[in-house]
Amino acid sequence: MNKPKKIKIKYRKSEVIAGYVFLAPSFLLFFTFMLIPIFMGFYISLTNYNGFKQMDFIGFQNYANLFADSYFTVALKNNVIYTLGTVPFTILLALLLAVAVNTGIKGAGLFKTFYFFPYITSSVAVGIIWTLLFNPKVGPINNFLRSLGIPEEGLPGWLLSTTGALPAVMIVSIWKMAGYYMIIFLAGLQGINKELYEAADVDGAGKLTKFFKITLPLLSPTTFMILILSVIGSFQVFDLINIMTEGGPGRATNVLVYRIYQEGFEYMKFGYASAEAYFLFGIILLVTLIQFIGQKYWVHTDE
Amino acid sequence: MNHKMSNNKKRVRIGRILLYLVLILVMCSMVVPFAWMLSASFKNNNEVFLYPIRWIPDPIRISNYIRVWTEIPFPRYYMNTLLYSVIVTAGQCATCSMAGYAFGKLKFPGRDLFFLLFLSTMMVPWHAIMIPQFMINKALGFYNHPQAVIVMNLFSAFGVFLLRQFIMGIPSDLVEAARIDGCGEFRGFFQIILPLCKPGLATLIVFTFTFMWNDYLAPMIYLDNDRYKTIQLGLASFRSLYMTDYGLIMAGTVCSLIPILIIYCTAQKYLIEGIAHTGLKG
Repeated sequence: MNKPKKIKIKYRKSEVIAGYVFLAPSFLLFFTFMLIPIFMGFYISLTNYNGFKQMDFIGFQNYANLFADSYFTVALKNNVIYTLGTVPFTILLALLLAVAVNTGIKGAGLFKTFYFFPYITSSVAVGIIWTLLFNPKVGPINNFLRSLGIPEEGLPGWLLSTTGALPAVMIVSIWKMAGYYMIIFLAGLQGINKELYEAADVDGAGKLTKFFKITLPLLSPTTFMILILSVIGSFQVFDLINIMTEGGPGRATNVLVYRIYQEGFEYMKFGYASAEAYFLFGIILLVTLIQFIGQKYWVHTDE
Repeated sequence: MNHKMSNNKKRVRIGRILLYLVLILVMCSMVVPFAWMLSASFKNNNEVFLYPIRWIPDPIRISNYIRVWTEIPFPRYYMNTLLYSVIVTAGQCATCSMAGYAFGKLKFPGRDLFFLLFLSTMMVPWHAIMIPQFMINKALGFYNHPQAVIVMNLFSAFGVFLLRQFIMGIPSDLVEAARIDGCGEFRGFFQIILPLCKPGLATLIVFTFTFMWNDYLAPMIYLDNDRYKTIQLGLASFRSLYMTDYGLIMAGTVCSLIPILIIYCTAQKYLIEGIAHTGLKG
């Protein structure tokens, strides 16, 4: 087919007016609170703005300083650990739950309801509950471990120890997010042609074979998308950290957004915090780009 | 042959039982933290951490709940959040359905460009722009006023997409027929489009309300004045105030979860549909 020639579309006047009028409120808000901040943020990141003193343009100095700043590099390292620790387990758990719920067992709806619930509860509430559960001296988790016969010195210090705090937050995150990704996996599973399974049944394929040869390959676009979503999400963790550890003990659970928050809203170093924010933006842009390119290699056909 | 069949059946049954066991185990892990919270909220400090856990408190003490509602400004936090959530939800329904209609059914110059612009900013993480957004809100005089968390949230790219998708699914013939009958674009929108996108709006309502109720960082940045604080802020500061009053903290947490629980019980369908929809299309 030839490329259609550019033809002048005849617009109807009433439609054009209505179009702009209907779009106006959204666009105005979008312009003020999204579009301007996107450009403004980048400009601020090139200055030493600190909230009241004047803004001096200092080029990429803030960015250059990022990697000499151990608070930032530690936060970045923690965040990468957090990503590597939460993403695979969350996806694996979500996938297993989705496949299990999708087998047509009785009570599937009930299971789904319970798995999904933690996702819509606030991180503040969830963080408060788990902080008590993780209490190393009297909390139920360590009490349970004690009852299994683990000696006192072998018990994790959880949120109060530099080695236990990040894993504890990670556990809560996996617990909270698995149900959400399960729902997306379930939607993906619905899209798989049932006839494929019937054909496999005729060929005498076992359950595992069907899972690895049909479900997993055909689910790959969903899995890929979930991978991207969860990586992006893991770089934006804040609420749980703020409630459970405040970045501590020491710097053990300090992560990127927490750094941005501290530099920006505790020390009012808007310029520097913006550079950190744009670094985060860069990471997410990169991940989105990977998704954009990756999608092409993951073209999924129903036939 | 027969023997093999029954063996197979047995294996299937064992598989089923194992599956149930795993599913129930995971379910317990999801429920136990909430059950523990609920149970602890009816206990006094000496009873909260007793082990083995006494799931049903004895005696059941309601004093924690009374203290939550009388000793701290919990009712005010509650009403504030409810008010912000309702305003933002209603506002988003209006702005998003209007924009969704413009993008989905109207032809005007620059439409696709605007749409692309909306689309491309959707992946911008909020945290990356929260500082300039803060400066704009401050310049507008919104800092430390409820407007700060209301106005900027009246727009939602997610909502625009959701409703655009939905409105595109409404047959154009309906809109055309109304036009022929002399129905203007505006009346067409209110009388034909809006009633037909109720399910889409329901999804948006559930999402927006939940988001607003649970939002923490934005209220924390913007609302310093105790008069305007939201439930999540109140809960967090209340926790640091009564650090070791565990039963009391749990009672407050239970109360903060009630609206979400109500939404979950009544409108779970819309939540799940919304996620499945945007998740796959996003």
